[in-house]
Amino acid sequence: MIGNFPYFAVILLIGCGIYILMFQKNLIKLAIGINLIENGINLFLITLGYRKGAIAPIYTQAPSGQAMVLPTPQALTLTSIVIGVATSALILSMAMMIYKHYGTIEVNEVRRLRG
Amino acid sequence: MNLFNHTPILILAVPLLTAFLIPIIGKINKKTTGILATLALGLSLIMTIVLAAKVLSVGPQVYVFGEKSSLLTLPSGLKFPIRIMFQIDAMGIFMGLITALVSFLGAVYSLAFLDNKDKIDSYYSLLLLLTVSMFGMEFTGDLFNFFVFLEIASMASVSLICYRGADLGEPVEAGFKYMVVSSISALMVLFAVGIFYGEYDVLNIAAIASVVKYSQLDKIALGILVSVLAMKAGAVPMHMWTPDAYSEAPAPITMILVAASQASLYAIFRIVFSMYNITLNTLAVGWIIIILGLLSMFIGVTMAIIQKDIKRLMAYHAISQTGYMLLGVGVGLAVLANPEALKDYGITAMEGGIFHIMNHAMYKGLLFLTAGALFFRTGTRDLNKMGGLAHYMKYTTIFFIIGAAAIAGLPPFNGFASKLLIYESVYKFNPLLSIIAMVVSILTLASFVKVFHSAFLGPKLPQFKEVKEVPRSMVFAMAVLSCIIIFFGLFPDLIVKNLVHPAVMSLIEQLQYTGTVLGGM
Amino acid sequence: MLGLLETGSGFWSAIIWILLVLVIGGMVIYLRNKGEDSYKKNTEQDKPFISGNPEESKESSHLSASHIYWGFTEALKGYYDPLVKMHTGHINDYSGWIIVLTVIILIVIGVSG
Repeated sequence: MIGNFPYFAVILLIGCGIYILMFQKNLIKLAIGINLIENGINLFLITLGYRKGAIAPIYTQAPSGQAMVLPTPQALTLTSIVIGVATSALILSMAMMIYKHYGTIEVNEVRRLRG
Repeated sequence: MNLFNHTPILILAVPLLTAFLIPIIGKINKKTTGILATLALGLSLIMTIVLAAKVLSVGPQVYVFGEKSSLLTLPSGLKFPIRIMFQIDAMGIFMGLITALVSFLGAVYSLAFLDNKDKIDSYYSLLLLLTVSMFGMEFTGDLFNFFVFLEIASMASVSLICYRGADLGEPVEAGFKYMVVSSISALMVLFAVGIFYGEYDVLNIAAIASVVKYSQLDKIALGILVSVLAMKAGAVPMHMWTPDAYSEAPAPITMILVAASQASLYAIFRIVFSMYNITLNTLAVGWIIIILGLLSMFIGVTMAIIQKDIKRLMAYHAISQTGYMLLGVGVGLAVLANPEALKDYGITAMEGGIFHIMNHAMYKGLLFLTAGALFFRTGTRDLNKMGGLAHYMKYTTIFFIIGAAAIAGLPPFNGFASKLLIYESVYKFNPLLSIIAMVVSILTLASFVKVFHSAFLGPKLPQFKEVKEVPRSMVFAMAVLSCIIIFFGLFPDLIVKNLVHPAVMSLIEQLQYTGTVLGGM
Repeated sequence: MLGLLETGSGFWSAIIWILLVLVIGGMVIYLRNKGEDSYKKNTEQDKPFISGNPEESKESSHLSASHIYWGFTEALKGYYDPLVKMHTGHINDYSGWIIVLTVIILIVIGVSG
């Protein structure tokens, strides 16, 4: 049960993010929502890579006979974090531009394109 | 070292390196950046054609990164592939040809189209990055790599949608909306990738395909992937970003965005056919795709009829045409487990759907370019303010007629050939689907008659006295697309036999795809 | 034969179609050129028939896009009103539809087994 605990945290984080994206009316909060989902997924990937009693895969310092974790999930998470930084920067800069042109960052006001 | 063996990576590497070279060259001379980008894309178009000839004559190609030989998929006797690799079969190269052609013509068109010469270097740099990411999505054999290219594609396209954002608010709004939805979709794809990794410990599509069981977790991953990738392709009811983004982006970018959304469509087909194939409940998933297709077709076209903005109208048509592809391939998927029906009409339906992808990229690209030409000369996208432009822009008018006839499925243009394949095969599956498809085709014609009448026909209007034909590079891009449309229309059998049929067979026959990586397992 | 596309229940050939169009078009043009006996040049017959109303100038007679298919959209008001209302332009709705559809697809896939 306790081993599944990270997965509950993953679901909680993704759920919070989705709630924010569906119901919050502030563009900056939407960016936060996307970041929450992303963190949930990063946690998910990292949890998948966990093996009980295994050590980091550094060949030169490994004691013989000990199990090693596969480093792929860590690599995936690192890539995903880097991409997430770029995404957040882009979204926030666009929110800034919208504020410059519209004078507001409320979702209800930012809808000149519709129909 | 034989460069010929490295074509798969060179197709990506040439535009990618040029993309990072352009900002530096832009510091010295801004004007040369456009020509440089066009040359890079032209080179990658030539290499794509070379690779296509190789794939279609020899068979699927693999390209493994970081290995002594690029063909070594299973190093040191491993049972499963651990390296990232490109895996290019007939379907992948089919999409690659579309991408290469569309992005090359987009760059040529942009040479004259761009009015703001200060930011021209960043424009071309992003255009090249977008092209690279589309190639990557189509060529890659690795799920995580697919996610990375998906994110690059959405970031590059968002920045390009916002290209006019310094002076206007609407492009930024469209870009913001597209960024939010595409971030959700990319993150959900990553979640599904995580599920696959947790279950099977591999990320290679072919390796997953050989062990996939269609368990509960696989079902969740499949549902998430189908829905978010259908969103990226613009399927109703997740289509609302499409008209915003397509109408606010510069016209050549809209043309490339159409191809980018088709790369997502390709990913759905790749996952459903190459990864799951008959392990899944083909009838249920097939019907999901068919219903998405029907909704897209019908709601897309009915919304298009009432639009007043020319590019918004065409964007709704892009949604509606995506429905045809989903319909054709969905019918093929629904009968995948039934060999007799598959042979009788399933393969034809899929040929129609896949052929429609290429046709749509060509004629919808042409139509967006004509809309861009109108905007270039008149400065408006509002159909209410246009009129009588056929007096001034003769070539554009002819190109528009060709594109409109092709999208409405009038013979002898290419849209008719692919739609006929879909009608006649879908009719055997369920006559109602075929009837709806025909009604949608009629409504498409109706709405393009509206555009043609209100923009091109009518008396000469006093406010457009100064309007003249667009510059040569824009006419060239439109002329090439028109020639392709007419050629495909006159000789559809050549394309179907040589390009589309191998693509369909490589989707249906899973072993063709997995066998290239894992050996004949 | 070049240009012959097999469709499963028949075939399509643009070349044959163009030849047919040329033949039929030729016949139509021939019939049209035979002429109509009751037509007289430079009489009232040359003018457009608009129920006796005076003819407007060419510049003011251009029909703008909003007026085209007015009857069509008016007749289908019951279909169009909710559909247009659905396209709110709210970014929340955009993401909401994705989540809703994902859930629906997951349920369908789960139930169908």
